[in-house]
Amino acid sequence: MTTDTNKEINPKKIEQFLTFELANEVYGVEILKVQEIRGWEAVRVIPNTPSFIKGVLNLRGSVIPIVDLRERFSLEQSEYTHKTVVIVLCIKHHRTSSFVMGIVADAVSDVLDIKTSEIKKAPNFGSQLDTRYMRGMHVYKQNMIMLLDVDKLLNPDEVDDMDALADSISSDSEDLF
Amino acid sequence: MSIDMSQFHQVFFEECFEGLEAMESGLLSLDLGDIDSEVINTIFRAAHSIKGGSGTFGFTVVAGYTHIMETLLDEMRDGRRQVTKPAVDVLLGSVDCLRDMLTSIQNEEDINMESAAKHQEALEIELTGKAGSGHATESTPATTEDAAPEPEEEPEEEIAEEQGWKIAFCPYLNLLQTGNDPVRLFRQLSNLGELTTTVNIQDIPPFSELEPDECNISWELKLVTDATEAEVKDIFSFVEDDCALEFAPLAKPKKVKKVAKPKPVAVVDEVKAAPVAEAEPTTPAAPAPPAAKKPVVEADASKNAPKASSSIRVDTDKIDTLINMVGEVVITQSMLGLIGENFTMDKVGQLKRGLAQLERHTRDLQQSVMNIRMLPISFVFSRFPRLVHDISTQLSKKITLKLVGENTEVDKAVVELINDPLVHLIRNSLDHGIEMPADRIAAGKPEMGTIELKAYHRGGHIVIEIVDDGRGLDKNKLLAKAIEKGLVEETAILSEKQIFELIFMPGFSTAEKLTDISGRGVGMDVVRRNIQSLGGNIDIISELGKGTTIAIHLPLTLAILDGQSVAVGDETYIVPLVSIIESINITEKMLNKVAGKGETFKLRNEYLPIIRMREIFNVRSGAATKSNEGVIVVVEGQGALCGFLVDELLGQQQVVIKSLEANYRRVEGVSGATILGDGSVALILDVPGLVRLSVR
Repeated sequence: MTTDTNKEINPKKIEQFLTFELANEVYGVEILKVQEIRGWEAVRVIPNTPSFIKGVLNLRGSVIPIVDLRERFSLEQSEYTHKTVVIVLCIKHHRTSSFVMGIVADAVSDVLDIKTSEIKKAPNFGSQLDTRYMRGMHVYKQNMIMLLDVDKLLNPDEVDDMDALADSISSDSEDLF
Repeated sequence: MSIDMSQFHQVFFEECFEGLEAMESGLLSLDLGDIDSEVINTIFRAAHSIKGGSGTFGFTVVAGYTHIMETLLDEMRDGRRQVTKPAVDVLLGSVDCLRDMLTSIQNEEDINMESAAKHQEALEIELTGKAGSGHATESTPATTEDAAPEPEEEPEEEIAEEQGWKIAFCPYLNLLQTGNDPVRLFRQLSNLGELTTTVNIQDIPPFSELEPDECNISWELKLVTDATEAEVKDIFSFVEDDCALEFAPLAKPKKVKKVAKPKPVAVVDEVKAAPVAEAEPTTPAAPAPPAAKKPVVEADASKNAPKASSSIRVDTDKIDTLINMVGEVVITQSMLGLIGENFTMDKVGQLKRGLAQLERHTRDLQQSVMNIRMLPISFVFSRFPRLVHDISTQLSKKITLKLVGENTEVDKAVVELINDPLVHLIRNSLDHGIEMPADRIAAGKPEMGTIELKAYHRGGHIVIEIVDDGRGLDKNKLLAKAIEKGLVEETAILSEKQIFELIFMPGFSTAEKLTDISGRGVGMDVVRRNIQSLGGNIDIISELGKGTTIAIHLPLTLAILDGQSVAVGDETYIVPLVSIIESINITEKMLNKVAGKGETFKLRNEYLPIIRMREIFNVRSGAATKSNEGVIVVVEGQGALCGFLVDELLGQQQVVIKSLEANYRRVEGVSGATILGDGSVALILDVPGLVRLSVR
């Protein structure tokens, strides 16, 4: 894990990110958004919803939706195994409310301390890739980590146009990284 | 910085509305011949706390208004004034007016000053018009001590053209940090008289050095009042240590020996004038009649969408029971923990007993938590004596209202939603049900009509009945009307029940003439829709000439639902039991296709459409059922019957409703979710929604 010695750098804030793997790519989410990590278990399918909404799960009495990010990003599908995890996120909604959603990931890898200054803005990929839902990018041990803005990514108001979004993040995005 | 008073507003409003209800029921129960002083005391206390509260929160209009009511009540309490019917009516009117005022304040709207002024005038006339009996001379100043001077006790009154005080008020920097708010001081000062403030802002530092919680402003206040220095200083008593204060009389007061006592009437007028004068600036425009219409309309609109009250008052007993339960659960849990610590097979019996105990406690705990949401139905019923009183007077009918089973408990959500339909039904009974006294005598019935409002529990439901001994429904008239309006075929033969059901049709009204109370033909259909949306139903039993009984069946709670679980492929869905008519095994010969597409099946003599759950919900799992296999669940949605084709019926159970919207959003055809015994989630079907979905 990176350690910070030079505190004078502005912005000096250090943020912690949980990184996880998805089709051999590394993604990160702010750790403060993460409520818990649990193994994959069967979900109840909700009818007539986009296919990346896998269904709903009973999380100690509340019913939470589970989103498959592979499908969400139109990545190649894979079987769910005993290694598959669900990262439960607490997402802030613009109307002061918050809600809980789970995302399916292949595996969680690490918790990284990242200085705000080291988060690079995502480059413009043009119409091929929508970067609206990305906080930015970070290079760690020669690996590119994509930091997601989950508040925007999983906003239920936008769930309806998630279909359109999944198309806009084109399937050849793997080639770009 | 000042304490944020608004956090207490909700509690204040709740208390006020409770107080108003207490006043109302007290006033209605006042027997004019024989006054129970305890009732008057109750009314007085309620008025007094509303006045005190509104004063504290700075709602001076309300405080001033209540003050006059209080004066009147005080005189009644001391027996200095007769309790007359007009006086009670005026007070009842004032209760309404206060309620409107408070509702406006609560919804942050302008108060309808026109009606307030009208009621206030009526109160004043009541107060002064009959106050000349000599008692008022001593009483009025005594009851208006905080606003009026006390002329008798201070013969050497200071009389001046501009009588009052000039106050230099220089707060220290820390005034705000000690929780004081100058604005509140000024508001209190303005209660004493006319206040003019001059702000001195020259000490305000440049913006960069400005500390938001330091008070850099000072004021020069001019207060035109006849209050004494002590009274004025009293207001500043909390801030004395945090400011520099200088008092100076406004003008040289001439010491005049008072010869004539001021007429008590005049004193009273002055008291009353003050709140009005203060109140007027709060309305944007002068309350000219046409302009004043607008706030009324707004107030009405807001009544339809009032701010949802989020708190609930719970009996301490219920909380105690709950705490007791939790204690039991903790004990059982530690017991089980002990067994589990070094478990051997011979402890199985102990473990089973422990688990059984845990199960029992959990069930009890669930019950007591549910109980917290339960309120007695009297929360709704208590409003009706007033309604009946007012409308029967208006219609010059003689009607008594009997309440039975007011302590029947029902879910808070049901209590809130049942009020409007009940009001409508009672108005109907009053207006159309009960006959005029003369007609009643002619029909050989007692002159006094009776409406009975009953509530009781029956089999997991609450039943509310409205029973009147009026003229009853005329079947022939109903049928003729329905045929005339084209709602029913002329040749149709309808059962008694079906005829009575006609009054729930939109646009159906048998009233010969419309009144402003009921009879516009909108309403009964809305009533039925509202009750159905609560998961209930409504029945009518009526006998011509003897009376009508309307029975409403409602579920006890909206948080739990009786459901039938059905399987479709690997999925499990819950169908609300209330909407299921019957379930039948499908056979080939029942099925029909209409134009090769729409599927129907024949149920006795009716053809009903089939909704295939597998198709409408895109279920891919499980073996695809053949078209002639499965179970048809006949449901009623949106007034029409239809059949849901499912793979099999699983079982009936009570399910706890969980919201899907809390973490996701509304899904069409699904009203919510629940958690089954094995911990998995099942979706609860929204029957009318599914019917709509299938039409598309």
